[in-house]
Amino acid sequence: MASAHVTKRAKYKTTIKDPGTPGTLRMTFEKILFVPHNPKSAGKLDVEFRYIKGQKHTKEGSNKPPWLNLTNNQNGSFIFEFENYSDLQECRDFVGKVLAKGGEVSEKPTVAYPDEQLSATEMELRIKLLQEDSELQKLHKQFVLSGVLTETEFWATRKKLLDREASKKTKQRLGFKSAMISDIKPSTDGRTNKVTFNLTPEVILQIFAEKPAVHRAFLSYVPNKMSERTFWTKYFRAEYLHSTKNSIAAAAEGAEDEELAVFLKQDDILASEARKKIRRVDPTLDMEADEGDDYTHLPDHGIFREGNKEMTESQNELYKRSLSQDINRHAAVVLEGRAVDVELEDTKAVAEALAQSKQKSSNKGESGGDTSRERLDRLSRMTEIEDLQGPNTLPLAPLCIKDPRDYFDSQQANALRTSGDALGGIEQIKCGLSTQEVYGSLRESISLIKAMGLKEPIVKPEVAHQVFDALTNSISNTKYHIGKNPQESILDRLPRKTKEELLHHWTSILELLKHFWASYPITTAYLYAKVNRLKDAMSNIYPQLEEIKGSVPSELRHQVSLLVRPMHQALDAAIQHYEASMQKRSAQSGERPNGYV
Amino acid sequence: MKFQIDDVTVYFPYDYIYPEQYSYMVELKRALDAKGHCLLEMPTGTGKTIALLSLITSYSLSKPQTSIKLIYCTRTVHEMEKTLAELKLLHNYQIKHLGPQARILAIGLSSRKNLCVNPTVLAAENRDSVDAGCRKLTASWVRAMAAENPNVPTCQFFENYERAASAAVLPPGVYTLQDLRVFGKEKGWCPYFLARHMVQFANVVVYSYQYLLDPKVAGIISKEMQKESVVVFDEAHNIDNVCIEALSVSVRRQTLEGATRNLNRISQEIDRFKATDASRLRAEYNRLVEGLALRGNLPITDNWLSNPALPDDILKEAVPGNIRRAEHFLHVLRRLVQYLRGRLDTENVEKESPVSFVASINSHAGIDQKTLKFCYDRLHSLMLTLEITDTDEFLHIQTICDFATLVGTYGRGFSIIIEPFDERMPHIPDPILQLSCHDASLAIKPVFDRFQSVVITSGTLSPIDLYPRLLNFHPVVSRSFTMSLTRDCICPMVLTRGSDQLPVSTKFDMRSDPGVVRNYGKLLLEMVSVVPDGIVCFFVSYSYMDGIINTWNDSGILKEIMQHKLVFIETQDVVETTLALDNYRRACDCGRGAVFFSVARGKVAEGIDFDRHYGRLVIMFGVPFQYTLSKILLARLEYLRDTFQIKEGDFLTFDALRQAAQCVGRVIRSKADYGMMIFADKRYSRHDKRSKLPSWILSHLRDVNLNLSTDMALHIAKEFLRKMAQPYEKVGGSGRKTLLSEEDLEKMGDGGMDDMLH
Repeated sequence: MASAHVTKRAKYKTTIKDPGTPGTLRMTFEKILFVPHNPKSAGKLDVEFRYIKGQKHTKEGSNKPPWLNLTNNQNGSFIFEFENYSDLQECRDFVGKVLAKGGEVSEKPTVAYPDEQLSATEMELRIKLLQEDSELQKLHKQFVLSGVLTETEFWATRKKLLDREASKKTKQRLGFKSAMISDIKPSTDGRTNKVTFNLTPEVILQIFAEKPAVHRAFLSYVPNKMSERTFWTKYFRAEYLHSTKNSIAAAAEGAEDEELAVFLKQDDILASEARKKIRRVDPTLDMEADEGDDYTHLPDHGIFREGNKEMTESQNELYKRSLSQDINRHAAVVLEGRAVDVELEDTKAVAEALAQSKQKSSNKGESGGDTSRERLDRLSRMTEIEDLQGPNTLPLAPLCIKDPRDYFDSQQANALRTSGDALGGIEQIKCGLSTQEVYGSLRESISLIKAMGLKEPIVKPEVAHQVFDALTNSISNTKYHIGKNPQESILDRLPRKTKEELLHHWTSILELLKHFWASYPITTAYLYAKVNRLKDAMSNIYPQLEEIKGSVPSELRHQVSLLVRPMHQALDAAIQHYEASMQKRSAQSGERPNGYV
Repeated sequence: MKFQIDDVTVYFPYDYIYPEQYSYMVELKRALDAKGHCLLEMPTGTGKTIALLSLITSYSLSKPQTSIKLIYCTRTVHEMEKTLAELKLLHNYQIKHLGPQARILAIGLSSRKNLCVNPTVLAAENRDSVDAGCRKLTASWVRAMAAENPNVPTCQFFENYERAASAAVLPPGVYTLQDLRVFGKEKGWCPYFLARHMVQFANVVVYSYQYLLDPKVAGIISKEMQKESVVVFDEAHNIDNVCIEALSVSVRRQTLEGATRNLNRISQEIDRFKATDASRLRAEYNRLVEGLALRGNLPITDNWLSNPALPDDILKEAVPGNIRRAEHFLHVLRRLVQYLRGRLDTENVEKESPVSFVASINSHAGIDQKTLKFCYDRLHSLMLTLEITDTDEFLHIQTICDFATLVGTYGRGFSIIIEPFDERMPHIPDPILQLSCHDASLAIKPVFDRFQSVVITSGTLSPIDLYPRLLNFHPVVSRSFTMSLTRDCICPMVLTRGSDQLPVSTKFDMRSDPGVVRNYGKLLLEMVSVVPDGIVCFFVSYSYMDGIINTWNDSGILKEIMQHKLVFIETQDVVETTLALDNYRRACDCGRGAVFFSVARGKVAEGIDFDRHYGRLVIMFGVPFQYTLSKILLARLEYLRDTFQIKEGDFLTFDALRQAAQCVGRVIRSKADYGMMIFADKRYSRHDKRSKLPSWILSHLRDVNLNLSTDMALHIAKEFLRKMAQPYEKVGGSGRKTLLSEEDLEKMGDGGMDDMLH
């Protein structure tokens, strides 16, 4: 495993109200050790992990500080307050790992199976998956811990899950937070008038993205002209001046200090960007063009002093900035998304990466002269009246889910099929496509892809929408065929416990069958042993199913047996196959070519 | 589809038509047949524009012997673009069915700023500098100079256009502004002058209201339109305000200072000309003796914003003798500026009628009424003579002359109000002299007189009998259509109480109450968590919006709202607002939706659609009354009471409610669309206020939704959204059909139609 211990600064509290003893928390696989900074104070702690039963922690974003609460098996608890959430997360993951491991270790079967060396990350991933998915955890407990399947076998069929989980991590990029950064509140120490701002690279990136002038100033001033610290001090000084809404004071200070003025003035880069962007704006909302056509509002024409026209102070206009502007700018940046994809560590690196990505996008913007086309498209989209048009005859084949319910509720579908209720209605959707058309459209799209590359979206949204429409339509149709509310399946009418048991059995049977059929043909002794194990496990299920049938009230018994029947059938088939192959084996057993059992 | 209305075959570019569109066309045709004016109210989201366009174009196609020209007026440039896009759709359809005989020429016309393709001119910041920049390159004397001296810069596009002369024509088709620019660039012709030239040949001209209503512009652009034209004012609910603004002028200290500078400059120019080219001034004098009418022969590029008063007789009259000479005229202007400066130095608010004002000018400055009347044209002539191209520098003196001409022309319907300061900021002296027009009919009268059919249409013209009185005309058809809905796709609600059951309102004594502000915030917060896609909020004024946003920001409500949706805000900066809107649309396109904060009576409320997913909910915070302490408003109310017997309270309520209806009406585009409207103010529950809303909103406002609190509104919103998500039959259920196909129309014939619709 990657790290065998974690050491963090934390405060140990005996109760929630307790202010806590500051100290160092050290966790290894075996024990938790807490040493206070002040050797004299009480609160030293030394607990073995096997006494720890579970953990709770506060969520990020809630108002509470980062707390980790470990409960021991005597219902006591240890509360640690960390300095920040990342520390908490690290410790939480560590504890989770140890706890999960502890469970496994204690119940590990004595039989040795071919085991593999797992990397720590893989282990973590598995643990995480188990934690997230209670059903999976149940299956894991039932089969792996009882020795029916080995750990490797269990996960071998879920490789995809592991892969996807891993790839998702790298792929998804975080956007900016939708909360404004002006919300970073300074912390005060309460005695002096000094305030402290806590800037993370994340926040800095956002400041740079929203205020290009600050970004430019940073690139040119730091570190040659001033230190990063003075830079940010000046920045917050300017922010403070803005927050007082006193544009006269701002102007006065700006006049004295040229660098401060950079932050106080209107952002000139933004203004020039705005002028560029306005040319690409949707013509149906281009109010700037109206302005250009408005000869009534020549200066001093029209009605001047009316209620809805506000007075603006023309002096100090340069130093005035409204909250609305900030909000608009912020929302625009969030919408644009994060352009920088580097690890955020150093402010300098952040600034430079942002500058690079801007360069790139501006290059792209200049080369893309296709904006007028796009503008026209948007214009026509805004003017069409959709429901006056006749049925849109886009070539498409309806997405035919044989039984839409399958999609939502597998059990219900089974019950229906066995009760012999044919779902005739769905097949009535006519396939609007001939083979030639399909072929033609396929060729067309291939040549399009060849010429232009894959574009997003791959399927035309209109076509997708129509397919989806047809689908929902057919789904809402099925309700007439059953004559009941689609939301209410037979399962829902069963007692909760029975329902859960049924569902659980169904998944575990599926799991067993999957492994069972996967082991054929039996070529090694290992597989042979495995099949035997599986068969035993399967035959154990029969009485359990019978039990369920017996336990439900009589009026539901028929339905339950309908539900159970396919399970029976599947199991029967497997066992039959097993016995047949066993017979074959025993017929050959005289020869025993390889000396296997 | 195509169908018959009496003798006219109407080509309609869609497969289906709403019944109300059909009856709209029937009424419109009656008005065209009667060659009279009409007033039609039809709810937004029922395809007014396309119905109008297809009837009028089909009408003129069916009567090839009389060429009927359509002059379509929109309030904004983006509406112009939208109208042209719809017309393009229609035109393609007509050509497909009729072949080349259906070809028409349709163009949009706008200012140089929106049409110019010359990069050096376009680099200028605002409209006036673009205009001046163009004149510097294209004025006749500049071009004459360039002919001699190749170093004088000219505009390549204009030169090419001139060289092509009569060959420079637009082939038939529909041209949006964008298309015109593209065409101009391709051919190397100036799109602006090409469009101006083509206006007289076009079958359809789409431009902004002012090109007809504002006499300054109308004089040059619209004077050659024939009487047989059909004039349409779309989205005309505010037309009275546009008319009034077109004839109002205000003078401030800055104006007078600027005017003095302009006069000094002019006097220098005169001296320079006297020294070098005295014959020009003499020629001008001779021309003025014969009257100003000669102006008609000026080259197209020298045209200037025309006389604000427009009466034809002024062009036939000779200029009074005392201002024919340039230096005399200059002297008159100096005296006028001096007089105005004296009037501005007042301690009290003064109100005066134009007649007494003119009398006082006459006694104090010695300028009589007739001289005043000619100021604007005289200035224009002088500036041409002096070959001044940077007209954007001379706006101040133009304002003064505009003022003088208006004051000298109109004896009634105006008043002059002098205020020493804004009463909201009494400590800052900012004197202003305003000539405000009270009578909307003055500006629109020439239009009604000149054209045989004027169509005034909008989604909100209630009460429909008020408009003919305000505009002083007699419509032959005046109808208000309701909307037949396939399902209840609009859901208006009146919210009177917040989540704590206390009343909410923007009434003057309540609006700054922290409880009300908090309740409004809570309402929005609840709604953003429930409503998908876009939400639009309208506030009663910019200052109120600013205040409430700041309070929400301080109390953390804004932050919570932002966790659900991004927030965009309309500001007074047009560029920023446009970008914010664009971003808002993009945010709505990509899924989670956004909130847009806007102001009733603002630019966004006036012309931006929030249809489909761009607006599923509109919240109108408060009743958007005008600022009732405004002296101008009081004077106008007084005038309305005395002249039209319209009560002050009635007019204010009417005005506020039409604005509110206009704001909320922007959510619906078609019957497949759906949206909710919340009127968040306790005053909406009163019958006298509510009843002024247009009938298509009222008919969906159920009694149970009249007095809601936040939690109840939330519940209704959830129910409504769930209902709207269900699939439905587009054509409409049993009984009334809400979509008609070609066969339906044929089957019905003439007799059955009325039963179907009413």
